[in-house]
Parts: sequence; C-alpha cells; structure tokens
Amino acid sequence: NEEIPRLPGETRVTDKDVIYMCPFNGPVKGRVYITNYRLYLRSVETDPVVVLNVPLGVISRIEKMGGASSRGENSYGLDITCKDMRNLRFALKQEGHSRRDIFEVLTKHAFPQSHNLPFFAFANEEKFSENGWMVYNPMCEYRRQGLPNERWRVTFINEHYGLCDTYPSLLVVPYNATDDDLKKVAAFRSRNRIPVLSWIHPENQAVIMRCSQPLVGMSGKRNKDDERYLDIIREANGQISKLTIYDARPNVNAVANKATGGGYESEDAYPNAELFFLDIHNIHVMRESLKKLKDIVYPNVEESHWLSSLESTHWLEHIKLVLTGAIQVADKVSSGRSSVLVHCSDGWDRTAQLTSLAMLMLDSYYRTIEGFEVLVQKEWISFGHKFASRIGHGDKNHADADRSPIFLQYIDCVWQMSKQFPTAFEFNEQFLITILDHLYSCRFGTFLYNSESVREKEVSQATKTLSLWSLINSEKSKFTNPFYTKELNRALYPVASMRHLELWVNYYIRWNPRIRQQQPNPVEQRYMELLALRDDYMRRLEELQITNNSKIPNSSASSASPSQMMSHVQTHF
Amino acid sequence: GRGDGAIGLSVCFCTGELLLCEANTVYKYIQEDGSNRGTYGKLICTNFKISFLDEDSASDDNEPQFKNKIIGENDITLQCVDQIYGVYDEKKKLLTGQLRKYPEKLIIYCKDLRVFHFCLRYTKEEEVKRIVSGIVHHSQTPKLLKRLFLFSYASAAPNNTGGRNQTVMFDTLEDWRDELERTKGNVKYKAVVTNEGYRVSEKLPLYFVVPICVSEESILKFQGRGIPIWCWSCHNGAALLKMSAFPKEQDDNTSQMQKAFLDGIYRTISNPPYELLKTEDLSSSLPSLQDIQTAYTRFKQLFLIDNSTDFWATDVKWFSLLESTNWLEIIRRFLKKAIEVAECLERQNSNVLLIEESATDLCCVISSLVQVMMDSYSRTKSGFQSLIQKEWVTGGHSFLDRCNHLHKNDKEEAPLFLLLLDCVWQLVQQYPPAFEFTETYLTVLSDSLYVPIFSTFFFNSQHQKDTNTTGESLKTQSGPFKFLTVWDWSVQFEPKAQALLSNPLYAEKLKPDKSQRKTTRFKHQRQLSLPLTQTKSSPKRGFFREETDHLIKNILGKRIGKFIINSSDEPHNSFKEFYDSWHSKPVDYHGLLLPSIDGPEIKVWAQRYLRWIPEAQLPGGGTIATAAKILDLMEEVQSLQVKMDEEHSQAISRDVQAVPMLRNSARLSSLFPFALLQRQSIKPALPTSTWKDLEDEDDLVKRDDEFVDLSGDMS
Repeated sequence: NEEIPRLPGETRVTDKDVIYMCPFNGPVKGRVYITNYRLYLRSVETDPVVVLNVPLGVISRIEKMGGASSRGENSYGLDITCKDMRNLRFALKQEGHSRRDIFEVLTKHAFPQSHNLPFFAFANEEKFSENGWMVYNPMCEYRRQGLPNERWRVTFINEHYGLCDTYPSLLVVPYNATDDDLKKVAAFRSRNRIPVLSWIHPENQAVIMRCSQPLVGMSGKRNKDDERYLDIIREANGQISKLTIYDARPNVNAVANKATGGGYESEDAYPNAELFFLDIHNIHVMRESLKKLKDIVYPNVEESHWLSSLESTHWLEHIKLVLTGAIQVADKVSSGRSSVLVHCSDGWDRTAQLTSLAMLMLDSYYRTIEGFEVLVQKEWISFGHKFASRIGHGDKNHADADRSPIFLQYIDCVWQMSKQFPTAFEFNEQFLITILDHLYSCRFGTFLYNSESVREKEVSQATKTLSLWSLINSEKSKFTNPFYTKELNRALYPVASMRHLELWVNYYIRWNPRIRQQQPNPVEQRYMELLALRDDYMRRLEELQITNNSKIPNSSASSASPSQMMSHVQTHF
Repeated sequence: GRGDGAIGLSVCFCTGELLLCEANTVYKYIQEDGSNRGTYGKLICTNFKISFLDEDSASDDNEPQFKNKIIGENDITLQCVDQIYGVYDEKKKLLTGQLRKYPEKLIIYCKDLRVFHFCLRYTKEEEVKRIVSGIVHHSQTPKLLKRLFLFSYASAAPNNTGGRNQTVMFDTLEDWRDELERTKGNVKYKAVVTNEGYRVSEKLPLYFVVPICVSEESILKFQGRGIPIWCWSCHNGAALLKMSAFPKEQDDNTSQMQKAFLDGIYRTISNPPYELLKTEDLSSSLPSLQDIQTAYTRFKQLFLIDNSTDFWATDVKWFSLLESTNWLEIIRRFLKKAIEVAECLERQNSNVLLIEESATDLCCVISSLVQVMMDSYSRTKSGFQSLIQKEWVTGGHSFLDRCNHLHKNDKEEAPLFLLLLDCVWQLVQQYPPAFEFTETYLTVLSDSLYVPIFSTFFFNSQHQKDTNTTGESLKTQSGPFKFLTVWDWSVQFEPKAQALLSNPLYAEKLKPDKSQRKTTRFKHQRQLSLPLTQTKSSPKRGFFREETDHLIKNILGKRIGKFIINSSDEPHNSFKEFYDSWHSKPVDYHGLLLPSIDGPEIKVWAQRYLRWIPEAQLPGGGTIATAAKILDLMEEVQSLQVKMDEEHSQAISRDVQAVPMLRNSARLSSLFPFALLQRQSIKPALPTSTWKDLEDEDDLVKRDDEFVDLSGDMS
C-alpha cells in the first residue's frame, strides 16, 4: 500500500523510519524512502500526510548530527544541505547502525560521480511525446538569424574541438577571416575562446560577439592577428564607427588579470575599439551573496530590518549590474552604431549572462518557450558554461570553489524581466522554476557536463539521456503564460532600478509555508475563465448562426437564453 | 464657468474661482534631466489653485484617457502644495514667508508627489515678485477656515444636487440603525440621540451607538469620555468599540471619580449578555502621531525627485533608505495590530475596546482596517466609502488639522488617512480579487484629500461642518452652503475614467452554485516537493498547525530536540497561531482576510509614489499590461453577448458598439493612468550611479573566477 512515485528506471534502494525535523512546524514522524533518484518522505499518523520529495541531485552536503552518546530527543541524525535553498534534518534512533546505513546509501546515490556511478539521467526510461534534443540545431538557429550571409560565414574548424575544446563545433565568424587567421587569434585568447558571433541584428547588421580575455600579460603583449580580426568584425556591419568592447569585469580585476597572463584590449593596440568595464563581480562574490541570501530567508524570513538585511546580501545589486550591462549591450547593438564584443575572463560565466540577456531583450523569438530553450542551449550549454563545475553535479565536494550560482542569477534576471513585462514572455514562472529544479536534479542530460566536447566524446548524451525540453514541450500548457502577446522586433528594456527589482519570493522562499503562493494566480485564473467563456460564446454564436441561417423558424427552445447564462460575467462599464 | 476674458489663454475656471496673480513667459521644464526641454507659458495663482497655462496647449489633441475634470495636468490646488523652493545661483532654498530676494527658479513639490520646475529668468521682475510672493502666501501661510476655496465654490455654485450614491453618510439616526441591523448588533447596542445640539461633545457625531445598558446620564457625565462607542459587530456577536480616554488628571479627587466611573462602565459591559472585554490602549502599543509624521516626511522625500541623477544616486542604497524612513515598518505594525484585534473578535469571541485620548486618530486606522479585513462589505466601493464616513468623517477625525490644510500648526500634522490607504493598498495587492475597487481608486482618493471642492476632508468634525454650513452665513445671502461629497466621483471623472476605479478581477459573491464553486475555489497546495512530481496527498486544513502541535506533544514529550530551528518551544502566542492557521488555508475572498506581514510582503505603493518619475516607467509593462488584457477580453465577451442576444431574437444585426477601453493596450505605460509624459522613450533607462564597494568581501572581490596562470603556455 506504500505507494511512492517512481519514474521509469527508478529503483528503490532502502527505507527507514525517521523523524523529519520540519523547521516550520517541528518534528514529524515518518518513513523515508530512498531510490536511485530521490529521497521521499511520507509522514505517518498525521492528517493530512506530510510529504517531501527531493531528487538526490539537489543534495549538496550530508552531515551527521550528534553521536551515539548524544543525549536529548532528536539530537542524533542527519543534516542535509540542498542546492535549492533549503536544509533537511532527520532524527534517527540511536540503536543499531541505522544511521550509518542510510548515510552511506544517500552519499553514494547523491554523489554518484564521487563513487564512479552514472547519473540517474542514464537510467531514466521516461517516455515523452516530444524530443527535446531536436529543439536546438545550431545551423537552423543561425539560418533563422539570416546567416551565413555575404559578411559572415559558418566554419567547421572546431568540428573535432581542435581549435577550442570548450566551444561548440559550429561557429560563425567574419567572412573575411580565414580559418588560419582564427588559429592565430586563438593563441592570443584565453583557452582559445576566440571572438565568434552570437547574434546579428536583422536590420542594422550590428552583431554581438563573445570571447575570452586577450592574453596581454604584464608585459602588455600585442597580437597583430587579433587586432586585425577585431577590425574585420568592426567593419562587417558596414559601419565605420568603432567596435565596442564590454569587459564584464570591474576595471581593477581586469588589470589584476594581467599578472596571470590575461588582461584587456588596450587603446594603443586597438585604436578602433572602445572599451567599457561593466563592473560585474566574480563567481566567488556571487556564491557568497547567495549564501547570505539563504541566511536571511531560510528557514525563517528575517523579521526585523528585512530591507537592510536584503540589501546587505547584495544579491539584487548584482542582478541590477548584470541587467544594466545587458541593457548597454542591447542598446548599443540596437542603435546600429556599432557592433559589440563581450568578454570577461574566460567568457563562460558573465559573458554568457550578458549575451543571452541582451539577445532576450533584442529578439522576441527568445521570449517564446522554444526560443528560450534554444537560447539556453546555445549561449550556455554549447558555449561551455561549466555546469558540472558550477553546480557540482553528483560531486561530494560541497565546498568546491568552482561552484557558483551564475545560471541561477541569470534565470533570476529573466524572471525580473518577465515580472516587469508580464505579457512579453510566452513562458510563465513555473517554467523558470522547473528549469532551476532540473538544473540540479540530474534527471535529464541537459545540464550535465562542462562542454559540448565532453558531452560528445564521453557520453553521446543525446542517445543515452533525455532532454529537459522533452518534459517541458510535452506539456507546454503548464508552462505557458496566458497573457503572452506576440510582438515582433520590439526591444524590451527592463528598468534596472532597485525600485523595480524584487526578491523572487516564489523561488527563494518557496519552502516557507508562511509565504503565501497564490496558486493559481488569481489574475491569471480570471483571465483563463474569461477565455473559456469567450470560446464558449463563440461556439454558441456559431451554432446559433447556423441554426438561423438554415431558417428553422423557432430555435430558441433548444438552448437557454444567453443572457441568463452570462449573468455572472461582470462588466464594469 | 469656462474661459475668462481677462486671461488671454483658455483656462478652465471653477465657479467661485478668482485670479489672484499671474506671471508671463514662465518656462516650465518638462523634466529636469539637464536637457532643459520645456515650454513657455503663464503661471497664475487663484484662490483655488496654481496653474501653468501652456502657450501651445492647443496642440493637446490626444486627450488622455484618464483625466481629472477639475485638476489638470498643470494645476496644483493650494492645499496640494507641499513645499516651495527657490533656486538662487544654483542653490535651493526653502521659501516660507516674507521674501527679500526673488529666485530665478521655482520648484514646487506637491503632496501628490508631483514636482514642478519653473524658470523665471525671462519673466519681468515685477511679475516674479508678485507671483512668487503670491504663491508662497496663499499656499504656505496660515489661513482662515472660511478662506478655503470650499466656501467660495459652494456659495457660487448653482444648487449642487449632489448625485446621491450608495454611500451611507452616517449623519442620521437611521443610518446608524441600519448599520446596527446590518451587522446584527442591535440586540446589545443602541443608537442614541444624546448629542443632538452637540450637548455632549463637539467632537462626537450627532448620533452614535453605545451598549444598551449605558445611560444617557453617564454619556453626559464626562462629555462622552469613558464611554464605549460602538464601531462594528462581528458575525459572532463580538463588537469592536472605541473609547476616548481621560486625560492625565493632576487632581486626585477627579481622577478617583474617573476611575470609579470607568470601573462602573467596565463592569456593566463585561457582564452577560456582553462578551469578554479586551481593552487595547493604542497610544501605548502603536507609533505616535509624531512618529508617523516623521516617517512619512522622510518617506515621501524619497519620491520627490528633481532629476535623473538624483534617481540613480538614491537607487544604490534604495532598500536601506526605505528602511530608514520607517514608513513600511509602521504599516506593518498597524496591520499586525489589526490582525491582533481581529483575532480577539473572531477567535476569542471577545469584545475589543480601542482606547485613545481622542479616539479619532489611531482608533480610526485600526477600526477601519479591522472592518476591511473582517467585513467583505467594506471591500466594496460603497461599503468602503461608508466605512470612511462612519469612522473618519462623521467619526470626527480632524482632517483639517491632520492635513494641515490651514497651515495653523505644523505639529498637528499627521498622515493617518494616508496610512490607512497604504495599509488597504497592501491588502489590495495581496488579494486582488477581494476588492471591488482598484489601486487607482485608492490613489485618486488620496489625491482628493487636497481638493477643496469637497467638504469630506476639510473639517475637523461634524460639528465644525454643521456650524460653518449654516452659522453666521445665514445672515448673508451666501448660506446655507451645499457642499459636495468626494464620493460623487462624477464631479472629478467622466464615466470612462471612472471605469478604471472598478476592479475587473473582483469576484462578486456568487450565489451557491455547485458547478461554479468547483472551478473558482483554489486548491491551495503547499509545495514541499518538486512541483513536477506532486503526490496525491493534498494538504488541507490544519496541515501546518494543529496536527503538528498535537504531534509534538504526543510523540515527543516535553523536551524538544536541540536542532529545531524554529522557536516552537517559546510560549504559543495566540496571534501567531491564528495568523499561521489562517494562512495555511485557501483564501475565501469574501471572508476574513488577513494580510501577510512578512518583510518581503510589505511593499511600496508604486502607483502612488512612483507615478510621476519617468525613469520608473516601463513602456508596455507593469501590472496594467495584464489588467488591460483582461479589460479587452471582457469587452470582447460583452460584444459576443450582444451578438448572441441579437442572433437569438433573430433581430437584424445592428452595429455592435463596444466601448473601446484600452485599445493597443500592449504599449500602455506601467504608470498608466498617471504618467505625465506621454512620450514613449526608445532609449532604455540606464543607471548612472556607480557601484559601491563590497567592503567586507575584499579578498573575494580580488580573486579571479578560476585561478589559472595563463602566462606560462603562451608561445
């Protein structure tokens, strides 16, 4: 009778009686079930039943609390830190080896990479009506943008990841640059991440390029090929103005990078370029900021001085800076006066945030469900945002300095935009939350591994795992914003002011029962009701018209008076 | 009346309005953004308002959809002026009384948060003198009550019929009796006529309600002080009462008498049939009027922004600036107090007696809030208006002093009514379907505080209004005055604009209809799990409270393990229990409504406070974007309805004339219907202020994302 949800391919490992130490309501007696995918708790002797359903992938750390000699009720157990802003605590009986067993099982399945085990994604046998792996085809996406054209070409130089092992195999580069040129440029760019095209403006032909920092170093090295390459990019939009370079870092960090061989484009070497620093901080600052945010919202929301506490986390300030940077990129490109080159140090964190946000602002296609999937697939997954390192999928090293909530921060920026423009996005909040949930869950292959080359060489992912987009696209209505109004070619600039930025309560504080999540949203529900009503009326009207046209003298007996049926529609005119 | 020959430009004058002074070739900046864009025109000051008459106002062909019929875009009523600054050599100086030097620029900050910049450099010196001293004099210096425009208007206006609406004014015995009946309070409470002729008190209304057992004698004994006055009865019979306290008495004898009197009163109303009585001394448990005034003064300053640079400079520290004003915290405390009172009434079934020295300030806020939360009638437009009449207008809130309309005493000023509106706004934004009115309604209501056409907010008491309506003026030909009430919205707005005051989401109480019920009731589910893999168990009532409490006691004994994070071991506060248990259940929009008061839930009333700031504008965004879609759809449904009716009756299809509401709504400004600037900027608003240092995280800031020495592998 113990029915617990199970995905095809999910197998039961163990179960045990525990006391769930709910931070909001105190201890709850229950039974915990562990499978190769999830931890599932169901309370006993409570009505209604308390349920916890946690994919093991969200677990970041498992700690033992108390020892065999610990006194006091519920002082012996496990403390589980999750990547999704919560902690779970279970108290166990002190007799036997009850804790050791469950600790070992959990550790093994939550951190498969540390135990030479595969991710659950490889065991997952779910079937979906849509195949998410078909969503992104780089060639189709470039064609949608009108590429290649007489100024931009597609190159296969990186087909076997020989030029750059963290870039996708297919790249778009200036027509006037040869593959040989590209190789020379690669030598001067950190990790060979050369400037390549991300997006082209359909009207003014200005482009967004992305890359890593130039290897200038302390001595201020120059590279003629790189300088010439940037000049070719500048000229490619048919304008003679300068090329705008946005270095996402704060000025001081860019300077400091020279010490380790990096740096930025100097005015001397690149007289035809204008460089701006966007002052976005590094991955460590962002990690600390989120940690502080968790401190003030979990388990309890800071009672007094909420606003200054929120400010002291700097989380929204970072969001503001990322958005401000992206607005600048988008505005520059849309003004048509100049093409834009974006980089940070390696060009896979801040750069991805900036280019993909700017693209979201400029191209309404990316504001659809499928377009957004393409955008994530392209700017993040294919261009080597190091998901494995940043999230630490299946890895027990919870304190790894490579971990950082860069992608979460990006999704937060998208949420802020959707909040400011509630009719501009085809997807709803649930879509964004679902993406974040499966960023950690390891149920899909979508966010696994650091780069396309690893994915392809080591796992041929598409055949062995499922895509998150399969799940989403198979039940699109669940993720659709009913208010979406299609608008083509309209640049959408959010206001990056603290007056408008808000903490994403429905994500960061969703575990707290005191924060009311009105599901479904009453405004949305009202709209859906009206839509249904309209469709119903249209159908009835059509029927009436047919009946009337066929000249049946008296049809009114067949249906109730329409005004009666409509008495509950309020109009306020 | 319209137009005035003496003034060249077409200007809309109200009846009774007189021109006092004027100045020509005044330059009004469109927006102080350094661009110096603006228009020339005439600045005038009348006994009603300050007005800027645009020289090329004729080009005003795109009439805004939402327009106030009395106050134009460039009109500032004298009571709406907050502060006036003069600019001398780039320096701002507050202008109050006599002026020795005349400024080259005039900045007027308004109580409705508008900011006007006028350049006087091109104006004749004589005119500058006259207009500046005129404006300062008429808007900033003490005034006699009879000098309020209200009286000129009322005496000059042809008999205002005052379109009677459904608002209960509470100026008759009948109104109180009806209210007693409506709330079923008439068994234990009675409306009394003791104050006819104001023989009890000039502060009390002519008619009010007291417990049946309270005698006329005792009401008269201390001019109504120490008498519990009825506000409202809860469905379970428990009542909300208020009492004006005795002032601190030096004389022992008197205070003994007062104490004995009070004891007697308490005894009488604590016995059956009366419920248990809880007293709530508001002046000791809530912020003082002074605190409220100080907080609001700081708070509004954050929105009176001179230019773009100002906007972005304050943006960096926005949250701590907001917090330092304390305004949101005050809102939180009032909401919290109202929940406490609601808990006593609803759950403990006891009467609550609010006590305050005059019982006309903090009492008004709390009693109104409690009724808005507990009585869904107060969430309809007419119900809310009746509530304001009952608790505030007839109830004797000193609007004149608290708004400082006459500039008599700055120390008396305190924005209590605004505080109520802001608290109600918090509820409106948390529970949109529960209110018949919109936030726009609340915003224009707050603006109406400064429109001296209506008597509603321009008297300290019913007595003051009565004596000034008839009084001495009987001898002259001007009285008795017929004042307008603010509740006649047609005075300010055309029907089209009035439509924006009604909430399209308002779910009117449905008659029980099973098929309807099912769809409208929300399945309120807490998500403790991943949303995608929900289980069948649907947590319902009591999920988070009762059962677990029970559990704690039963299975765990008294000692609570050391790693409970929550303070569930502290004595159970009945407030928290009440609050949490309510929040764990589905919302009934027609039942009890409790605001969420957690930090993130108390927000800035953006529409009121940010509406004139162009930087805060989102073209095509904001909540208006979805509201507009709903209105569009409603219109479509309505026209289908008409067509169906026609088909049905087989009538010849005539052109269906739907009222176009918000066509092309996709591009409305988020500040709609208020944005001053109709311009749709293509340029994004970009922060100009710089990032401040992360002082405490220096070591992290300096690190690189991943430390890899790139210098080695360079060829």
